[in-house]
Amino acid sequence: MARKISYQQAINEALAQEMRRDSTVFIIGEDVAGGAGAPGEDDAWGGVLGVTKGLYHQFPGRVLDAPLSEIGYVGAAVGAATQGLRPVCELMFVDFAGCCLDQILNQAAKFRYMFGGKAVTPLVMRTMYGAGLRAAAQHSQMLTSLWTHIPGLKVVCPATPYDAKGLLIQAIRDNDPVIFCEHKLLYSMQGEVPEEVYTVPFGEANFVRDGDDITLVTYGRMVHVALEAANNLARQGIDCEVLDLRTTSPLDEDSILESVEKTGRLVVIDEANPRCSMATDISALVAQKAFAALKGPIEMVTAPHTPVPFSDALEDLYIPDAAKIEAAVRKVIEGTRSAA
Amino acid sequence: MSQILTLTMPKWGLSMTEGRVDTWLRQEGDEINTGDEILDVETDKINGTVEAPFSGTLRRLVAQPDETLPVGALLAVVVQGEADEAEIDAVVQRFQAEFVAAEGSEQATGPVPQKADVGGRLLRWFELGEGGTPLVLVHGFAGDLNNWLFNHPALAAERRVIALDLPGHGESAKALQRGDLDELSQAVLALLDHLDIPRAHLAGHSMGGAVCLNLARLAPQRVASLGLVASVGLGETINGQYLQSFVAAANRNALKAPMTQLFADPGLVTRQMLEDMLRFKRLEGVQQALEQLSAALAEGDRQRHDLRAVLGQHPALVLWGSEDAIIPASHSDGLDAEVLLVPGAGHMVQMEAAEQVNQRLAEFLRKH
Repeated sequence: MARKISYQQAINEALAQEMRRDSTVFIIGEDVAGGAGAPGEDDAWGGVLGVTKGLYHQFPGRVLDAPLSEIGYVGAAVGAATQGLRPVCELMFVDFAGCCLDQILNQAAKFRYMFGGKAVTPLVMRTMYGAGLRAAAQHSQMLTSLWTHIPGLKVVCPATPYDAKGLLIQAIRDNDPVIFCEHKLLYSMQGEVPEEVYTVPFGEANFVRDGDDITLVTYGRMVHVALEAANNLARQGIDCEVLDLRTTSPLDEDSILESVEKTGRLVVIDEANPRCSMATDISALVAQKAFAALKGPIEMVTAPHTPVPFSDALEDLYIPDAAKIEAAVRKVIEGTRSAA
Repeated sequence: MSQILTLTMPKWGLSMTEGRVDTWLRQEGDEINTGDEILDVETDKINGTVEAPFSGTLRRLVAQPDETLPVGALLAVVVQGEADEAEIDAVVQRFQAEFVAAEGSEQATGPVPQKADVGGRLLRWFELGEGGTPLVLVHGFAGDLNNWLFNHPALAAERRVIALDLPGHGESAKALQRGDLDELSQAVLALLDHLDIPRAHLAGHSMGGAVCLNLARLAPQRVASLGLVASVGLGETINGQYLQSFVAAANRNALKAPMTQLFADPGLVTRQMLEDMLRFKRLEGVQQALEQLSAALAEGDRQRHDLRAVLGQHPALVLWGSEDAIIPASHSDGLDAEVLLVPGAGHMVQMEAAEQVNQRLAEFLRKH
């Protein structure tokens, strides 16, 4: 059997294997090397949570600590990408997006289009997202839908160690800018990951559970919460299909529609705020293209339209959990029983 | 003297930690014989049938349908001779009191496959059993050593049995040089050398059968006997459309149709089996290896290798599922070999009818 490693180790391994294969790949970000240049491993943290640990010594000169200026180092990475390098820049928390949005929104995402296809920008921006770490409103957001809104970006949100490695290698080899979103609470998750190099293609959702009664569409950490709900519901005789989108841009519309056409019922689960989100986007898609298959209204389970609270009790309430998903599923099933 | 025996949850493959009881195929009070099919079990990787490891009277069905139990948990009580209900109760109680599931310690339980540089490339193989003339199990196109998970432990009861991952497959190195049958046969020979095995029984499935036949052609003195399961190389045709669609398939939906053709019972193709095959196909180098090998094996519906002339020099047993949709079972006609045709089984006959294949192959090996 394949060996088990953590989500964090899977990301580290993908970086190391691609850096070994391709000398144009380098890492830049705040504290990605870590330490102040003192000798020894102890001083090289490898990022705020140690995801890039060990790479500084393995790849001398290719793991660059940047000053605390996102506008500076993200801009430098975008420029390097246009000049034949393959930077993997790390935006420590996605909440800091505001400090480098022009570099992504108006530069990286636009070059291929505005230069008539003559320019490529093979940039990966790794970034940490998500609530649950008691890190308050400026270090806990989920802004995946913000990136997904921007044409010219690809947006990746792996849910498992296996997908984290394969999608990151795919991201590094991709010629377009890719925003690679990592949930803080997934870093310690263990899973089977091949030692060999592999890629997971973009735009291909993963059917993580097959079921006939209702479709649960989600991505990122919520995949595991949806699976927990699906397993609880299975004991009550409700058979959920769970779809992990893996990438929100490109979006695997076919798999979503195929599943809803089979089950006739949809709950979308999204850790992000509800307005203009993946939850509304997928609901609109299904309402538009699979309306005839629907036996009843679509439900969304999302965070509320508020900042992430700092209070433990309120933060726990803020994050969608299995109980909320189960309630939404039961509501859809009960509302459509006669149509079954 | 009577004996009270316990039937427990088997371990199929290295990653299995638990199984779900699907259906009991026999009832309390039935007389059962070694090898009889007793119950169906599902795991997250594969669905299979538990066969009786001993004969006796099936006296108590302990596990209930839909119950998920760890490997080694009590499924049923079998009695040889006489025993009253109280004695059976006592055995069940003692078993349940003493049973500890080997939780989360898969690494620590039992043998694991080995990997080494063999003849200049990384090979993975898995050894079970000891003694006798060793048996080497060679999987087919796009398979790996797990294709033998229902056969390997049973056959290893009587001898040393080695299942390997061919080059381009499983966890062996993926890059092929010529990408032909000779290269694969040479890799098996290199493994025999590496393990200091002068002479072995060879059993191969599908393409692996042709690898074995070709090895017997290249180095006849190294081969004690040939077990050929739905083998390539014994006739003119092969399902070329299967090969093409399998090689081209890049997602679950595209893979489902060809994978289903491998089995007579399409219900055996689980979500996890498709996912595992996709994971294999995504590994760097695999796509190229599969393209090389499919081109080496067939041109459209025609096989490129006729190895029937190799037969006759070694004892040979040919096994086929009557419903094989990849290579027709009629290829077993008129061969210079013992033949077992298994009714109702498909191309993966060693999985679908494991018990019949194991019994006949073990019997054949005992003779040679």
